[in-house]
This record gives sequence, structure tokens and C-alpha cells, in this order.
Amino acid sequence: MTFKAKLGGALVAAIMSTTALHGAFAADDTIKIGVLHSLSGTMAISETTLKDVMLMLVEEQNKKGGVLGKKLEAVVVDPASDWPLFAEKARQLISQDKVSAVFGCWTSSSRKSVLPVFEELNSILFYPVQYEGEESSRNIFYTGAAPNQQAIPAVDYLAETEGVERWVLAGTDYVYPQTTNKILKAYLMSKGVKEEDIMINYTPFGHSDWQTIVSDIKKFGSAGKKTAVVSTINGDANVPFYKELGNQGIKAEDIPVVAFSVGEEELAGLDTGPLVGHLAAWNYFQSVDADVNAEFIKEWHAFTKNEKRVTNDPMEAAYIGFNAWVKAVEAAGTTDTDAVLDSIIGVSVPNLSGGYSTVMPNHHITKPVLIGEIQADGQFEIVQETPAVVGDEWSDYLPDSKDLISDWRKPMSCGNFNVATGKCGGKGS
Amino acid sequence: MFIRLFSLILLILSVAVPVKAQSDPKSLIDALSKADFTEAEKLIGQIAATGDTRVVTALEAFAEGDLYFRKSDNLVFIAKAAGSNVELIDPLTGASAGAAPKNTVTKIRVNNNLRRVIRSAMGGLTLLSPDRTVRLQAADAVLRSPSPENLELVEAALAKETDGEVKARMEEARAVSVLSSNRSVDEKRAAIETIKNLGGRNALGILNSVSGSIDPSLKGDLDAAISSIESELQLWDMAQNVWYGLSLGSVLLLAAIGLAITFGVMGIINMAHGEMVMLGAYSTFVVQDAIRSNAPGLFDWSLAIALPVAFLVTGAVGFVIERGVIRFLYGRPLETLLATWGVSLILQQAIRSIFGPTNQEVGNPSWMSGSFALGGLTITWNRLWIVVFSLSIFVALLVVMKKSAYGLNMRAVTQNRRMASSMGIRTPWVDALTFALGSGIAGIAGVALSQIDNVSPNLGQSYIIDSFMVVVFGGVGNLWGTLVGALSLGVLNKFLEPSVGAVLGKILVLVLIILFIQKRPRGLFALKGRAVEA
Repeated sequence: MTFKAKLGGALVAAIMSTTALHGAFAADDTIKIGVLHSLSGTMAISETTLKDVMLMLVEEQNKKGGVLGKKLEAVVVDPASDWPLFAEKARQLISQDKVSAVFGCWTSSSRKSVLPVFEELNSILFYPVQYEGEESSRNIFYTGAAPNQQAIPAVDYLAETEGVERWVLAGTDYVYPQTTNKILKAYLMSKGVKEEDIMINYTPFGHSDWQTIVSDIKKFGSAGKKTAVVSTINGDANVPFYKELGNQGIKAEDIPVVAFSVGEEELAGLDTGPLVGHLAAWNYFQSVDADVNAEFIKEWHAFTKNEKRVTNDPMEAAYIGFNAWVKAVEAAGTTDTDAVLDSIIGVSVPNLSGGYSTVMPNHHITKPVLIGEIQADGQFEIVQETPAVVGDEWSDYLPDSKDLISDWRKPMSCGNFNVATGKCGGKGS
Repeated sequence: MFIRLFSLILLILSVAVPVKAQSDPKSLIDALSKADFTEAEKLIGQIAATGDTRVVTALEAFAEGDLYFRKSDNLVFIAKAAGSNVELIDPLTGASAGAAPKNTVTKIRVNNNLRRVIRSAMGGLTLLSPDRTVRLQAADAVLRSPSPENLELVEAALAKETDGEVKARMEEARAVSVLSSNRSVDEKRAAIETIKNLGGRNALGILNSVSGSIDPSLKGDLDAAISSIESELQLWDMAQNVWYGLSLGSVLLLAAIGLAITFGVMGIINMAHGEMVMLGAYSTFVVQDAIRSNAPGLFDWSLAIALPVAFLVTGAVGFVIERGVIRFLYGRPLETLLATWGVSLILQQAIRSIFGPTNQEVGNPSWMSGSFALGGLTITWNRLWIVVFSLSIFVALLVVMKKSAYGLNMRAVTQNRRMASSMGIRTPWVDALTFALGSGIAGIAGVALSQIDNVSPNLGQSYIIDSFMVVVFGGVGNLWGTLVGALSLGVLNKFLEPSVGAVLGKILVLVLIILFIQKRPRGLFALKGRAVEA
């Protein structure tokens, strides 16, 4: 064999192995979707679960015969909690792997990082986490809660049921808590709460020494008015926060804490005995009493082969997003981005709380808001459930965005239509 | 607000005009099965108004969320889980009503508001209990949730009370109830005086809450009492900040003390230091897990058992890292930095693969939970123990370094390696053991930190920068410097935090350290002598 032939053989082998890696051989009879969640780094703690859910949903769908008569295939990549790497991996998924849609991202920073990629390459991203709003993209579907689907109903509940008149807005120092607190402050003041009855406090990521802040909360709470804490404290910092609350003897009956980032997963690392009665607001709890939820939990336990794995709200959002995409693809008869973008608006799929979620023209969905109290077993007892609420991308309580609406249907097809000036554009353009 | 006022009126009405048919506690409790939160609130008032002390257990169970009703006949029971079934207990008599499958009973929901109402009602009901501690708790409950309905009950109990401490507590409970009732001005003035003497945040809250509605002639007394409590609290606040500072300082000391050896004494820029802390925390988790499943009675000892385990595990890992990586890189700080950083990533991902990326639950033993009051200070047990623990590690390490033969060898090697070698000290062996010791101490620190922080693969990352900060600030190579550095950074941080916030506070501390290092490049306690110049 000549040297050239050897080289040629090696080349062919190399090409074959790379294409085999990307699974291009099966391209004709499968539809590929991308899963863009961090499997390493700081965000792995939250995102790994969502990757597992996506794999489970794909498996279930394939058992039902796939989509458009083809099997689904999930392409999993690891952006390693690194925001610029999210954009790179998104580009790889769309351009190289030719996926039809991507399910992924957790933090707003990662979403902002991939947004231009999805718009440039015209693909679809389903984003399954609660976020601060103030964004609307033609290529992104926000299946998590907007502030009006989580924060505002929670505050209403506390004011009405618990008679809260004084508010501590405590959060981690980054975009989601800051925007949410800005909206909440404007909302509370529009309800007649005085400026001196609102205390806003930010802490760094991963803050672990909560002694001063908890005693500040105690101090703020001794002004003779019923006080509550609205917590947008992120991820890991919650565990030491709740431990300090418990140790300093702040009971939910005295100063309740309502959290927007604490779900079943976060409580799994915690002895919840001293926390009974503190609240969380989500669109889904594992304790929801619905047949579809019982079924989902059973599948989840079977898929992960672990009876102890909990389910949580972003998982439900992923479930809704995936099913909405499947239904839209089937309605459009193709996975072509533009066709799916048209057909998905108005699609209704069951959510896990026993009702239906509809994809709205602003690329947000309708879902009920549930308020739950933490129980000693790490689950939530649902104390209030609202009817389905439409996600509001541009908050009505911020001066910058109150005139903006988003409607991606033709002929408007605009993410930031200003109803005051009657023009498309303005903030966020 | 309106609903609560309305239910309050209803509640008072129901107390005033007891309806004959509804005063049977059994039927009232059974009515809970169909009540929503508002109705349940009314029912609790009626149940308490029966005055029947047998209802206390039922109310207690309700507050704990142990009250269920049977779907078939809407009868209410206290239910205890027993395998896949629940054991039903009659709420009044405490007699067992047999077992039932879980899906035949439904939990009666309870929320914060109901728990509050129950606590207040129970306070009134148990004031006459023969048990002293129960009476004390009852007086506390009344004290925490003042309501005029409890006033007569407290006064009746007070007349019969003989125990001095309980009596004093009841006097205070009576005072807060008087303040919210429609008693005479004189009585209220005396009540304000009692509450003023009680002092503390709770008293301040009670006084503040009535300041809007109080009789104008009492306004002066009330304001005086409020400002007196406030000025007292201000003093305690200072003391509280010092304590918080010491407690944060002791956490910094714990995190940094291992690094004071590997970086301070040996001069290795060890980026994997945080992961040693993390491995220590995971050792604690593994030990606790084993104890939970094999010998739950030993749980309170789990930390004591975890200490040597963590020390050995992390010490061994440190030994392997030194022999396998670092010894080839002595004198090349940049390569050491990169190599140890790589090691830290490997260790993180290894733990993530073995234990999963989520937090692991490490429980607090009972002696590390809760808090106690020292004057106006609230001191949490876990923080107190961590202060004690970190100081004892410091002392132990100091003794090893100064008094033992191994410490002598170690100091000799760091001061003059070639001379020490000529004197017959096996310097590579000392290097390895020293690194292992530093890592082992980091592991022990991990045991303590598992009590206040998350046990996750990222645990170490949050401490590595702080640790370097402390060692550099205190003076490289000096254990005392590390101690003073850690404590002063802790106190500084805690005095900045209330005024500028946690985020800015942390930035200010960093800026101050940078300025300080400009002035004194060798830190607080600089080593002097030839060893430094070399």
C-alpha cells in the first residue's frame, strides 16, 4: 500500500468517526433537538436535572412513535456554566448538528449570551426558568414564570392573607433580583406601601454569613407592623440563609419568608423542620394533586431509577415547552423554524397542575400561580392557587416598559411595540 | 385585613354568646374537615372557648399538620404514619382508632395564620396546666401574640400562680394583653412600664404596634419607653457586631489555617486548598450517612467521628498531590498555581460524578442547633462552637509547630533547606508530611463548615479567595498573623456590613487590603531574618 493510500484511508476513517459522533448517518429518519444545560461548573447543581428531564421526555415521545413519524434524538452538550461558551455551543448545535430546536439555559446571563445566535441562525430556544421579564425575542419561548406569574401574586397573598405591611426585599446581587425588586417596589408603592416600609438588601453570590442580615430583618420587623421577607436569593446562598433563620428563631408565624428561587431541589439539602410555614411561589409543586402529575413523577422515578428524586417547577416548564414544540411541529408538518414559529402560537398543552398552558403571541405561556408553605418533609403544602395567568414580558409597573407590548403574529411581528407612540421599537430594540 | 377584623368580631361574638349545639368540642373538631382557612380560624376560637383542656392535643396536632379527616365519614383524627398505612388516633381521648390506608384520609391544611391563631388559643388554654414548663410556654405564647381575649385567662392564672419565674412571665403577658385591651389609662401606664423593663426586640415591636392607637395622654410614656428600649438595644447592637465579626473571623481562620501551612510555611500557591475543605465536608456527609443508616443513636457524635476521618482522608489526598504533582514544581510558583488549579477542577468534577451535583444534607447535631440569649445578644450554638473549635485547632497547630520534633524539622526545612538536609533531616519526607498536615487541617475545617454552608462540589471555591486574603494580610509564614488577620477582617467586615451592605462591604475590605499590602508588603506580622531574604 502506498503512503497516499494509507493517508486516504486514515482520512476516510477520521471523517467517518467525526460524522458518526454527530450522528449524521441517521439524519434522514430522526429529528434532532439540542439540550443546552451546564453539566459541570457552578450551575450543574440546577441544570443537570433539566438535561435528565429532556432525555426522559424524548424517550417517552419516541415510545409514542416520535414526531412526524420520525424518532427524536437529543444532542446533549455541556456549556460548563460559562456564559460565552453557551453561545459557542448553541452555534455548534444549530450549524453543525442541525438541530430543529434547542431546550436550555438557566441563568439570564446565559440566555442573553445565546440570544443573538438564535436570531442570527434563525432557530428556536425554549427557556424553562423563571426570569425577570423585560425581554422578547422572535426565536425564544419563555416557558418559566415572568414576574407577574410569580412575584406579584406572592406579594398579594402575603398582603391579603397574612396582613403584611412591611417588606424586606432580599436578593442576590445580579439582574434577576434587581429587576424583580424594582418591579415589586413600584408595585407595592402603587398599593400605598410607604417607602420607609420597604427595605432592599443585596448580597454577593454564594453569601454564607447571614448573621447581620438576619438580625437586620429582625430589627426591621420590630416596628410594630407585620413584616415579611420576599427573597430572590439565588441557589446555594439559600441554605445558610435558612439555617441562620432557623437558628436565630425566626418562625414563619412571626416573619414569613416567601422565596422565588427555592424549590424542592434546593430544600433537598436541608433539614426543613425549623422552616415549616415559610413560603415559595411557583407555577408547580411536586405536591400538586393531579393525575397527570402523579404520572409524571412515576415516570421520573422510573427514568432516574431513584425514588427520592424530586420534581420542580423548571422541570414542568421544560415539559410544557417540549410538548408545545411537538404539537406545533405536528401541526406545521415540518420542523422548519418559520413554520413552527407560526403554528406554535395558540397551541395548548396540559401542564402538570391539572390544567392547560397556552403559548401566547408574546412567546410566554399561561399558567396558574401556586403559593406553597414548606413542610417538614421538604415538600410544599399549596395554600393558594390562582387561575391561569398570562406571562407579561414588559412589566406594567416600570416606567420604561409599561407602554410596551410584544406580539409575534403577523402582521405586527414585533417584540417591543410601543402602544403610546404606535411604533415598533424602543427599549430592547 | 378586613377579613381578619371580621373574623375577630365573629370570634368575640362566638365567645360572648356560646351556641349550645356548637359547644361540643368533638363536633367542632369534626367541622374542621369541611372548613376553609377563614372558617377554620373561627372554629379554632370556638374550640378554645369550650375551655375543655382535652382539645389542646388536637390543636397542637393541627398546628403540626398531623390532623386528618377520613374521607368516608368526615371524622377528624390525629394520624401518625405507620408504613404504608396511617394510625388514626381520636383527637380528644387519645384512643387508637385503628390503622387505615393513606389514601382514605386527607390532611387538614394549615397555614401560618392558623398556626398563629392556634398558638394564641393554646396559650390561653394551657395557662392553668399543672406542669410548670407548660405554663411558662403558655405565658410565652400569650406574650408573643397579644390579644385582649387572653387577658382574663391570664389574670385568672396569675391569681393562682405560685412559681416566681412563671409569675413574672405572666405579669409580662398580662401587660401586653392589657395594652391591646380597653382597660383604664392607669392600668395601661403600668403595663407600659412592665414592658419597658422587659426590654428587647419583642417588647419594642409590641410598643410600636400600639403607638398609633393609644390614648393621647399615654403617648409621652410610650415614646419614653420606646426610646429607652431603643438606646439599650443600640448598645447591644455594638456587642452583637463584635460577636458576628469574631464568628465570621473564626470561619475565615478555619478556612485559612491549612493554607497558612501550605502557602504560608511551604510557599506553595495551593489553588486546590478549597477542595480539601470540600473533601472534609463530604467526609462528614459520608460519616453521617453511615451513622443514619447503621447507628442513629450515635448521631450527636457524628461530628466527633467525622473529624479524624476527614483529617485522614484529606491528609492522604494532600500527600498524594504533593508526591504526584507538587514536588516536581518546587521553585516554580506559576506552574504550581496552574497545576494545583487543575487538580482542584479534577477533584470538583470527581465529587460531582460520585455524589451528583446537588447539595448533600449534613444535619446539625442537637447541641449545635438553636440559640441562646446573653443579655440582648442572640448567640447561635453552631457559631459559638465554631469559634471554640477554630481556636482550639489553632492552639493545637501551634503546639505541634513549636513543641514537637516534627515541628522542629519542619521549621528547620523552611528556614534553610540545605542546612537542614546536611543535618540529616529527610527534607522531601518533611515536605510531603507538611503538605499532608495542611491539607488535613483544611479537611477538619470542612467538617465545621459543613455545619453552616452547603455541602456541594462548589463549596471550596467560595473559601479559596478569602483564605489567601487572610494569609497574605496576616503575614505569610506566621500563624499568629493568620489568627489576627482572620479575626480583624471578620470584625471589619461586620462593622461595614450594616452601614454599606454586604456587597460594598466586601469590596471595601478588598480595597483596604490592597492599600495595606502596598504599605506593608509582608503583611501584619512580617517574618524577619535571613530566611526571608533568601
